[in-house]
Amino acid sequence: MSQDVNSRLTGDFYTAPFGPRLEPDGDTLVLNMGPQHPATHGVLRVVVELDGEYIRRAEPVLGYIHRMHEKMGEVKTWVQYLPNMGRVDYLHALAWNWAYVGAVEKLMGIEVPPRAEYIRVITCELNRINSHLLWWGAYLLDLGAFTPILYAFADREHIMDILQMVTGSRLTYCYYRFGGVSGDVNDEFIRRTREFVADFKKRLPMYRALVTDNIILRGRCEDIGVLTPEMARRYGATGPVLRGSGVAYDVRRAEPYSIYDRLDFDIPTGRKGDVMDRYEVRMAELDQCLRIVEQALDALPTGAHIHPDLPERFIPPKGEVYYAVEGARGKIGVYLLSDGGPKPYRVKLRSPGFSNLSLFAELAQGTLLADAVSILGSLDLVIPEIDR
Amino acid sequence: MSMKRLFQNIKGLWSLLVGLKVTGGELIKPWLTVHYPRQEVENLSSYRGHIELVPATDDPLTPRCIMCWKCVEICPSRCISLRMHATGEAGVAAADDPGLLLAPEVKSPYSAHLAPPPDKIERILDSYRLNYSLCSLCGLCVQICPVDAIRFSRNAYLVGTTRQSFELDLLARLKSQAASARGAAPTQPQGA
Repeated sequence: MSQDVNSRLTGDFYTAPFGPRLEPDGDTLVLNMGPQHPATHGVLRVVVELDGEYIRRAEPVLGYIHRMHEKMGEVKTWVQYLPNMGRVDYLHALAWNWAYVGAVEKLMGIEVPPRAEYIRVITCELNRINSHLLWWGAYLLDLGAFTPILYAFADREHIMDILQMVTGSRLTYCYYRFGGVSGDVNDEFIRRTREFVADFKKRLPMYRALVTDNIILRGRCEDIGVLTPEMARRYGATGPVLRGSGVAYDVRRAEPYSIYDRLDFDIPTGRKGDVMDRYEVRMAELDQCLRIVEQALDALPTGAHIHPDLPERFIPPKGEVYYAVEGARGKIGVYLLSDGGPKPYRVKLRSPGFSNLSLFAELAQGTLLADAVSILGSLDLVIPEIDR
Repeated sequence: MSMKRLFQNIKGLWSLLVGLKVTGGELIKPWLTVHYPRQEVENLSSYRGHIELVPATDDPLTPRCIMCWKCVEICPSRCISLRMHATGEAGVAAADDPGLLLAPEVKSPYSAHLAPPPDKIERILDSYRLNYSLCSLCGLCVQICPVDAIRFSRNAYLVGTTRQSFELDLLARLKSQAASARGAAPTQPQGA
């Protein structure tokens, strides 16, 4: 019987991505977890081999939303690549905007006016809150709790209204420009942001009462998917996934860019590295984002929002550059290689989600299928960013 | 041991009751959402809808556009196409084919018109078309326009059932807007 199962699975499309076969020890079931259809986006397919309720192997299948963003960089001019950045990771689009814009600015030596730096920090942190809120809602939806996503979306709506005022868009922002931002903020923006910060501070205890302290959630999160710091480093995990394991690595502190070295904020870390720690790190980051936004609003200088003396055509000198920023999911890196022409010679995008997903196979091994859903959700994956 | 377990169960039950209290409180709060066909959103002052042409200050029927082709060249998805002619000359044929402008820095025969004609010749915009289905609303064209002849419309409720319905003729839009504004203008004093 076991021999039969093995021969049936060998060479199958479903089992082809698996590594060398394990020794059969009875009936196993290969299950396709998660929807996959070209018309849906942001979905992940994981092929799991089950032994009863337990996962023997889990293999994420990637590439369904690959859009050639890196290759597109080679056929568009430097400035024409800007709108692509809002679409790599639609949840924290401004961080990707920043990574690319920052790389080109570093390569060309463009100075960014102080007001633009502060506007970038405010909008990027608001976008981070936005991203964490959607993760929070969607993750709880994965666990079977429907109501929280409605609360998260009510708060997200305020952020999207605020960001729409300056960026003009609600999701796929294309706001940062080489040498600044495309539009200045007005008093209305500052007033509404302050209002939001005050309101949201009052909402956070409600989130805790409704969800974080809930015994059912704790049962599904605590002591599940324990990620050791050593394993996180081995896979190159960054962001809340790494910080949940107790490693206080944040690009904003480790390699400060822009004005983050002048701002006062903490880096929340977990202790055990389980799903609950990753959850708590993100919830604590919401608080820190609010702190950063408040400080940046207080210190917002006057002046130009974009460098006044910019060339009409951006043609960087020959050379290469790497620029990293902290996104909601971890370290976002943009590597650019210029041959001195009107287009980049090579664009390489380092997406944090790819590294964070790659540890899932090892983390899910031997867990219950229901726990694997919880682990997968706790990694905060944005599939378009993984495939790029 | 059993006392500890009992205490934990009571604590867990209490956490559920706290959650119920939160959701119960939301029941009596007012509506936040905008019910679209009956209500519309109002925060569209800086919204990025599809682009539209800005009329000249002295004539609402004429666009401010000086036909410099900068917007056509900078567009990442080549969704703008325009056609012009100069008075006393034949119209420039096939100048509006964006597919042939694969690289803006390469001067193909089709972009030979880029050399600016003498000042005396008056240039007239024949058509200014936007393929909105390709547009990614990055705003580069609005930013690069030297005379601010393009702006974002506030058309947040544009829907269509065919691909052709997103191929917008912006010159016709400008003229129809001017006509409706002129039609509305005389009635306004009468009403007042």
